[in-house]
Amino acid sequence: MFIIVVGGGKVGYYLTRELLSSGHEVVLLEKDPRRAAEIAHEIGSVVLNRDGCEGKHLAAAGANRAAIVAALTGDDEDNLVVCQMAKHHFDVPRTIARVNSTKNEALFRKLGVDEVINPTRIALGAIEQDIPVHDLLHLAQLSTGGLELVEAQIEADSPAAGRVARDLALPEGCMLFVVIRANVAQAIRSDTTLQPGDKLVALSRTDCQDEVRRLLIGDPAAMAEV
Amino acid sequence: MRTIIVGCGRVGAGLADALSRSGHEVTVIDVSAQAFNRLNADFPGQAVRGDGTDEDVLRRLGAEQADYFFALTEGDNRNTLAAQIAHDALSIPHVIAKINDPVRAAAYRAMGLAVICRTTIMVDALARFVGLPADPTAGDLVAAVVVEPSDEVEVP
Repeated sequence: MFIIVVGGGKVGYYLTRELLSSGHEVVLLEKDPRRAAEIAHEIGSVVLNRDGCEGKHLAAAGANRAAIVAALTGDDEDNLVVCQMAKHHFDVPRTIARVNSTKNEALFRKLGVDEVINPTRIALGAIEQDIPVHDLLHLAQLSTGGLELVEAQIEADSPAAGRVARDLALPEGCMLFVVIRANVAQAIRSDTTLQPGDKLVALSRTDCQDEVRRLLIGDPAAMAEV
Repeated sequence: MRTIIVGCGRVGAGLADALSRSGHEVTVIDVSAQAFNRLNADFPGQAVRGDGTDEDVLRRLGAEQADYFFALTEGDNRNTLAAQIAHDALSIPHVIAKINDPVRAAAYRAMGLAVICRTTIMVDALARFVGLPADPTAGDLVAAVVVEPSDEVEVP
């Protein structure tokens, strides 16, 4: 299947890697030259340093024959335009947009985006769930390529408690998104200090979840007795 | 007539001044309060600092009762988002988005959004100056009157 990914941030980057490893044909458009060079070094010539919002760049990337266009940048308006251009101008059968503002979710669906992924809403929804302590909560499967949204609750005795996000040494396949603290969701930055009671939402490859759980919550073997 | 203008750049401020002089009730929105320095000192309308792509902000300003909505920020994508909120969520009858990328402008025009494309207009004006035939659609907003979403035109 030929898939165009727009936005080479962590989500776009890992999604592209997963898609490539499952044998799909992928082109990744990233407009920032430095980031594009960085990920091109990792995954090669499928990365184009182009703005996916521009019609001519979508055309050059092969939008006419793409089965799916996934717009995963950090800007809602860019993701909307990418999907609408793909759908209406290039007749792409399936479009996927990441939205960050919950307000835009319904609007994007109404405006023709086939699949709307909203990490913020997922995190908010999880607040109301009865969250099992000491394990990763599996919130959603992002794609068939083994990427999952997971949630971890930090306890006072968790290894991550009191540590700064950048010092956690999480595996490459895991990215922390959002911390839910006192029922408020906020983005995790590299200098965010994790506290007992925090709920972390992360995008993780299925194959590194054991390590993610060990680093964030604690040793799975010791927990079997809990 | 009630008019909402998102983006108080040269075009937004100029239009705000012109419309309010002719009796329109104008609200101009910009994320930067400094942008309002572009308005005439005696601008009689409302100047609001805020995000014009946020539906709640627009509703609070009474945008649902507006007759005209102009999305004139410097970002093509922000303008398309704001204009579609105005049209689809707020049902404002006359909505225009400034989209300077001609390919995007043509695509959204075909989807039924009224679009003004500075690039096309300037290219046409300069080409006519050297004697080339005019592009009759270059500055045409009338031909791109907003249609109902159900009448969307599919472009091959």
